[in-house]
Amino acid sequence: MSFEGAEVLARPGESVAAALLGRDSAATRTTPVSGAGRTPFCMMGVCFDCLVTIDGLPNVQACMVEAREGMVIRRQHGARRIGKGS
Amino acid sequence: MVPQSPTAIIGGGIVGLAVALGLATRGHNVLVLDGSDQDMRATQGNFGLVWLQGKGAGHAPYARWSFQAAQAWAGFADWLSSLTGIDVALCQQGGYEFFTDAREFEGFGQELRQQAAALGEGFSFECLSQGDLSHRLPGIGRAVVGATFCPLDGHVNPLRLHVALRKAGQAEGVRFVGDARVASVRAKAEGFEILRENGETICVSRVVLCAGLGAAHLGPQLGFCAPIRAQQGELLITERVADRLPFLSSTIRQVDEGGLQIGGTKAEAENDVETTEHMVGLAQHAVQVWPRLADIRVLRSWAALRVMTPDGYPIYQRSTDYPGAFLVTCHSGVTLAPLHATRLAEWIDEDPAAPKLEAFDERRFALS
Repeated sequence: MSFEGAEVLARPGESVAAALLGRDSAATRTTPVSGAGRTPFCMMGVCFDCLVTIDGLPNVQACMVEAREGMVIRRQHGARRIGKGS
Repeated sequence: MVPQSPTAIIGGGIVGLAVALGLATRGHNVLVLDGSDQDMRATQGNFGLVWLQGKGAGHAPYARWSFQAAQAWAGFADWLSSLTGIDVALCQQGGYEFFTDAREFEGFGQELRQQAAALGEGFSFECLSQGDLSHRLPGIGRAVVGATFCPLDGHVNPLRLHVALRKAGQAEGVRFVGDARVASVRAKAEGFEILRENGETICVSRVVLCAGLGAAHLGPQLGFCAPIRAQQGELLITERVADRLPFLSSTIRQVDEGGLQIGGTKAEAENDVETTEHMVGLAQHAVQVWPRLADIRVLRSWAALRVMTPDGYPIYQRSTDYPGAFLVTCHSGVTLAPLHATRLAEWIDEDPAAPKLEAFDERRFALS
């Protein structure tokens, strides 16, 4: 799979968040309120710090999604738009 | 000088804190006894509306009281901000009630005409046909047959309001005790004795009962009827979105931080457990009103309990048996906060300039 165009490797069964953290520690999203960078944090679906766009679908919690071959993952910038989700 | 014996406010929600702030501003020594985090708290489950439409159509004093509160909100938000530095995110640019049933739409228009008759000049509203509405809000769902609009309606961030009221009170000298559930309260020869559940007793000169649903249990100990019941409402919270919704309604609002709050169910239930049926209904309503919301994710849902009197209007009652005891309860604590923090304190103090609040006497229920 890829993140912002760069190849990301994942072990079978690993979450997208874990794979992204294994890659490096750069921000995987920016917050809607302050614009500050965030990386996956709680890894259990609570903190929403791991939001990314996966295959065009915005605001996906990366820790709740199993990594799969060929996923196209993008950084989530701020909040998503209405009516442009899919 | 003998230290002044405090006025105790039982209940540290939006209502209790507003009353505490008002009394402290008038120079009183005020102690707020707040319940525990596990208690049913309307303050933590509400919709944050500053809302006038339909308030008091059948009860002119309530229509006027709500109207004064809505008009006072801008100044109140500024005052809170100057005391605390907290912006409660007041946005009062008008609100809609959307209808998908023509008869309900017509009936509500009738209620607003009654309300306008009670309020006279200064209160305005519009009844918008489907055509008018789709012109003003392109994107509105076809199922919406019409809407009413009132330019004074608005909303705040109720969580920040709660924090701001607490900080403002503390800035004015209010003492706040958390996790201080009250087991009982009784009148003494002078003043009152409050027994906390942890066994501690507190002696005070006055008691204002602002305990929401807890007042049903504590009220009779001070001679009040306190005919209060729970009414359940359910809410959905969506993910944050970047676009600003072009409307506020009593059932769909976008909080200042971008998420949407969808709510407005009413059920006679005493628990705060949500039901799939109501959640589905709320989601369907939101998509009927604004079809573009169809793919927005719901992140959280919860049920909370409103504090209801038999007629839905507030109770402001001085105890006849025990002078110095007061009952204050309502289900519109956000809308009414500016008056609870000012004019209601004058009334508790029996200030000659205080508003006349006999219309909110709980004895109105004894006649039926």
